[in-house]
Amino acid sequence: MIMKSTVPNTLSVLFGFFLLFVNVSAVPAQQAATNKPAKPVVETRIGYLRAYEPQLALSVLDIPPRDEGVAGANVAINDNNTTGKFLGQSFALDVTETKFDADVVPVFKEMLARGDKFILTDISAKQLLSIADLAKDSGVLLFNVGATDDSLREEECRSNVFHTAPTRSMLADGLAQYLVWKQWRKWVLLYGSHDRDKLYADAIRRAATRFGATIVEERLYEDKGTARRTDTGVIQVQKQMPVFTQNLPEHDVVIVADESEVFGSYVPYRTWTPRPVAGTAGLVPSSWHPASEQWGGSQIQNRFDKATGRRMLSKDMQAWTAVRILGEAITRSKGNDPKQVETFIKADDFSIAAFKGQKLSFRNWNWQLRQPILIGDGHGVVSTSPQEGFLHQFSELDTLGVDRPETKCKLN
Amino acid sequence: MRRRHMCLLAATVALPFLAQPAWANLVYVSNEKDNTVTVVDSKTMEVVKTINVGQRPRGITISPDGKIIYVCASDDDTVEMIDTATNEVVGSLPSGPDPELFVLSPDGQTLYVANEDDNLVTVIDVNTKGVVAEIPVGVEPEGMGVSPDGKTIVNTSETTSMAHFIDTSTHEITDNVLVDSRPRFAEFKPDGSEVWVSAEIGGTVSVIDNKTRAVTHKITFEIQGLRSEQIQPVGIRITADGKKAYVALGPANRVAVVNTETYEVEKYVLVGQRVWQLAFMPDGKQIISTNGLSNDITFIDTETDEPIKSVTVGQLPWGVAISPN
Repeated sequence: MIMKSTVPNTLSVLFGFFLLFVNVSAVPAQQAATNKPAKPVVETRIGYLRAYEPQLALSVLDIPPRDEGVAGANVAINDNNTTGKFLGQSFALDVTETKFDADVVPVFKEMLARGDKFILTDISAKQLLSIADLAKDSGVLLFNVGATDDSLREEECRSNVFHTAPTRSMLADGLAQYLVWKQWRKWVLLYGSHDRDKLYADAIRRAATRFGATIVEERLYEDKGTARRTDTGVIQVQKQMPVFTQNLPEHDVVIVADESEVFGSYVPYRTWTPRPVAGTAGLVPSSWHPASEQWGGSQIQNRFDKATGRRMLSKDMQAWTAVRILGEAITRSKGNDPKQVETFIKADDFSIAAFKGQKLSFRNWNWQLRQPILIGDGHGVVSTSPQEGFLHQFSELDTLGVDRPETKCKLN
Repeated sequence: MRRRHMCLLAATVALPFLAQPAWANLVYVSNEKDNTVTVVDSKTMEVVKTINVGQRPRGITISPDGKIIYVCASDDDTVEMIDTATNEVVGSLPSGPDPELFVLSPDGQTLYVANEDDNLVTVIDVNTKGVVAEIPVGVEPEGMGVSPDGKTIVNTSETTSMAHFIDTSTHEITDNVLVDSRPRFAEFKPDGSEVWVSAEIGGTVSVIDNKTRAVTHKITFEIQGLRSEQIQPVGIRITADGKKAYVALGPANRVAVVNTETYEVEKYVLVGQRVWQLAFMPDGKQIISTNGLSNDITFIDTETDEPIKSVTVGQLPWGVAISPN
């Protein structure tokens, strides 16, 4: 059903949030600290700019929900408002949708015109770079909740862009640590032919070198354009995948790098030799898992499920975390001036709690959020990295991704 | 004197289990993972019974007369009652959804329960078993403390990071005090002058003046060889004379002993893994910690602040309450 709606209904989305906005701003007047005079309510609008088009996946279970990410931001808006009612603060979300390859500058300017000073982005790296400097000139803080590109934290880093999404290198390092801990050190790498698949493969290669694994062979799976859903397709797939993985050197694990969902999900259980599969399919590293209940996680999961009727995905958590970071900064600094909020978030002692067992903080050399990486399959969480024994002089979380001494980021 | 004499007797004569001496205290430990409460004899330091309770037992407390143990069965949305004479579950109370922690009023008549999923504190009359009030608080209410005079309760909300002061006569919030990230526990000093609030992710304990309702001190913890992220304060107990506070430090595997006059940490006691909650023996001579990941509890001598012994209980021990006789 999701697949049918090709034109995003931005108006109705906006209207929905307008209603929410009206409701919540009415609450604080009634419930503000009871035996004291009601405080004037300070409102903060948080923008959410997303590129959305219906997407296919090899398994229907993996089709991204219509409100992926936005739903997480909304739950965090509600959380911020519950806190805000005690302090005379309210929060509202302003969602704008665009297409994958669209020029986002015009819609971004509309958001600026509406007065958005804090904007979450779930757009491509290219789109993000097209607005980052414009945002800076307008005194706007951006929170990248979607793009995992390392380049946005390295060569193309910006002082006004915070990243709650992990990078591909953080994901690959999290997975690699677990595989090495398991002593599965010989890897085969199967990667797709699209740019993002190759970037994921690059991150896997880097992780192998970093943690002492060996990629014994690589194979490219060319996307020749094929329908993902055909009634008898599975019969062909059952023959294709074993053949594709035939005659490989001895290996412990098969890593697939297929963000484009062309072949990766077909690999588990169909390899020539029986080996576990990891990467974008099989055992997958991610910032969150719909089944994670550790460290108080069942509370956010229940809250999310109650609000949305579905389980919480990584992008939902990345957006939730970004809105909570703003809530934390605005609550504690008692104001929503962007400069003040930026100073607060960039302070050395800033941290945020996000159900991952320890406080999360920003890397001050590129404003990437440090975070544990969950390693899970379709069913549950198998492990959480960093793994025990991977040490670091400053923070074990910095064993995941590009570290300070190697960064190419130069903030100005 | 009598106790000392009997101790000697117990040490020399191997008493059979059934002749359990009346002066031994029973230690009740809620085991979050295996849905049981373990009962440990404080003298022999041995497990005497395992009671099956509802799902995911966490918060546990005892009535002032020592007759009833209350246990939050979080995933069953009830508070179960254990009769300490028989050590059997004898009933349950409504609790609101997902009860995690609660506190009993000093007169034992009212239970204040934190409902994590609904941002509520539920007030329950233990006699009528009825809900008296529901008080909206911040996101993920958790810690519950009650003032010695019973006039004020303090609830902490984890994602909101506040201590909410609630007037027990009106059931209304009078003050909201911001503390550090993920406040887990609130404990009043016995003289009611201060409330100590632990912040699990913030890694601190905030001391709040109960008159001004402002944070007057912030206690931080430093342990050689441990990163600050591993130090996660949870349970707090303050001695009856108000001089020392014990703070369970979660994955730091230690209990901090804090001087309440200087607010300085005087000692770190190594116990078991992921130390969560604490309770004093009625005579105050020992304090017991629950160590979730090592599935045990540790008896600590409060004079020397040295661990005496660890006793294996159920899986993921969470909370502890001790019967007075």
